[in-house]
Amino acid sequence: MIKVDVAVIGGGPAGLAAALSARENGAEKVLIIERDARLGGILSQCIHNGFGLHMFNEELTGPEYADRYIRRVEQSDIEVMLNTMVLEVTRSKTIHCINSDRGYITVEAGALILAMGCRERTRGALNIAGDRPSGVYTAGSAQYMVNMQNFMPGRKVVILGSGDIGLIMARRMTWEGAEVKMVCELMNYSAGLNRNIAQCLVDYDIPLKFNHTVVKIHGRSRLEGVTIAKVDEKLKPIKESFEYVECDTLLLSVGLIPENELTDNLQVDMNPVTKGAVVDETRQTSLEGVFACGNVLHVHDLVDNVSKEADIAGRNAAQYLKNSIERTREIKVKSGENIRYTLPNYIRTDIDKLDIYYRVTKTIKPAVVDVYADGVKLKSKKLLVLNPGEMETINIDIPVDAREISVEARENI
Amino acid sequence: MKKEMEMTCIVCPVGCVMHAEMDGENIQVTGNGCKRGYTYAVNEMTNPTRMVTSSVLVKGGDMPLVSVKTKEAVPKGKIDEIVSLIKQAEVKAPVNIGDVIIKNAAGTNVDVIATRNVG
Ligand SMILES: Cc1cc2nc3c(=O)[nH]c(=O)nc-3n(C[C@H](O)[C@H](O)[C@H](O)COP(=O)(O)OP(=O)(O)OC[C@H]3O[C@@H](n4cnc5c(N)ncnc54)[C@H](O)[C@@H]3O)c2cc1C
Ligand code: SF4
Repeated sequence: MIKVDVAVIGGGPAGLAAALSARENGAEKVLIIERDARLGGILSQCIHNGFGLHMFNEELTGPEYADRYIRRVEQSDIEVMLNTMVLEVTRSKTIHCINSDRGYITVEAGALILAMGCRERTRGALNIAGDRPSGVYTAGSAQYMVNMQNFMPGRKVVILGSGDIGLIMARRMTWEGAEVKMVCELMNYSAGLNRNIAQCLVDYDIPLKFNHTVVKIHGRSRLEGVTIAKVDEKLKPIKESFEYVECDTLLLSVGLIPENELTDNLQVDMNPVTKGAVVDETRQTSLEGVFACGNVLHVHDLVDNVSKEADIAGRNAAQYLKNSIERTREIKVKSGENIRYTLPNYIRTDIDKLDIYYRVTKTIKPAVVDVYADGVKLKSKKLLVLNPGEMETINIDIPVDAREISVEARENI
Repeated sequence: MKKEMEMTCIVCPVGCVMHAEMDGENIQVTGNGCKRGYTYAVNEMTNPTRMVTSSVLVKGGDMPLVSVKTKEAVPKGKIDEIVSLIKQAEVKAPVNIGDVIIKNAAGTNVDVIATRNVG
């Protein structure tokens, strides 16, 4: 049995930053548990640039961004257990894990930080007709094959879903000599960043077909083609629009889901929208001493925001150990019109300023975001455009006697 | 000569949608969220450039590939050539972040450097 002050599950950017911040804020024994053979999480396979512009004022690739934190962890006395898979966590903060050298291990933690990241939605979640030939991959597993294992999944590619990983892989596969025929997106907007559409699709004349989906997969042992279709307003495929496209590879980039299997056992309150835990401004869940940050809490598009959030979680885990998180109130932060979710969900300590993170439900152009405290307008912010694919923040001053804060977005007419 | 372009700034993930107009030497840009966007728009009108990120085979390392990038953005027209240079390249472990893998790639004066440590 190992005893630590703070145990961090997951050694991706969230876990790394959370561990560093917990240590720097006074937690003495900090441990990172990572199932992979190395630290860095998903960043290890994201070899494209675009990381760290806000954090370091520099445009880094994924491995370079991770390295900045890994080096700091290596220079500190933070303990790292690699090749260690956490199997179960309990409400009393006992962690059960298995390690390739040491076998079965239990860890008892004063505070726990969940930083397990997310996983990709697979074909099972989509319900596409047809056999199960090889050649159908999630975009992230294709990224792992190409960037980490030097293996090309195929030559003629169709991508379903316009999430960032799919867009990045469109360019990557093109550079590796594949023909990327198209990207089909069910909605009339992309879940990916504008810059990725510009530099990964537009640059290579790869068509992005909005309101299109894949309805059938052809081929028995190896994928031979797919049937694509236009969808109506109810997202139902239109029969007349069916079209056969020959391909040997179908990449799915249809969304990410926080990896919360471990969290289930903790029985903390979950947010059905984000599929992550409900947290307050300290990033503490409904179970005291259990914190969450990064993609396990809600799916982020920018790693910089992951690091920032992890910093908050780590600092507060250290505070929690010193008994200095005082819950003096409970202000609910609500998602009003056109807001898909906000983070945090509650304000519980005596702070007077707060950054609220939020996502909108649809593209709004130009937009105004209003924040209300018990029905009275606190703040308004004008933006050129609000995209559902991009997380935004708004900073507010919290009135002392507030009971409910609500965020709304609307078109700026 | 007059030229107009609608473009998405790719300098940072905000991805501002900008409009640029060129009249002889004079270039006007709207929609950019910051100065870097202005510079990007001017470059897009005159000499568009991109970063190339890929990976190179490693011999004797704990991983089969080392990820690499062009140290700076390179002219768009040179991308194909650089991509194939990267494909032909091979290095020996150990490799450290920042190590030069290909010097002056395709005559651009830009080096291709490692972005991962491979031991
Ligand atoms: C393909 C892709 C492209 C992206 N592109 C960009 C970009 O261009 N710019 C940008 O700023 N951001 C980008 N992002 C976003 C950013 O990289 C992620 O948001 C960030 O990596 C999330 O960090 P994390 O630590 O929460 O999760 P992860 O990086 O996923 O780390 C989670 C870690 O937890 C470990 N783990 C999980 N479960 C267990 C367990 N039971 N036991 C032990 N360990 C466990 C995992 O092995 C993993 O190492 C991209 C993300 C992806 C997926
Ligand atoms: S103009 Fe500035 S803020 Fe907007 S995308 Fe470009 S670099 Fe980012």
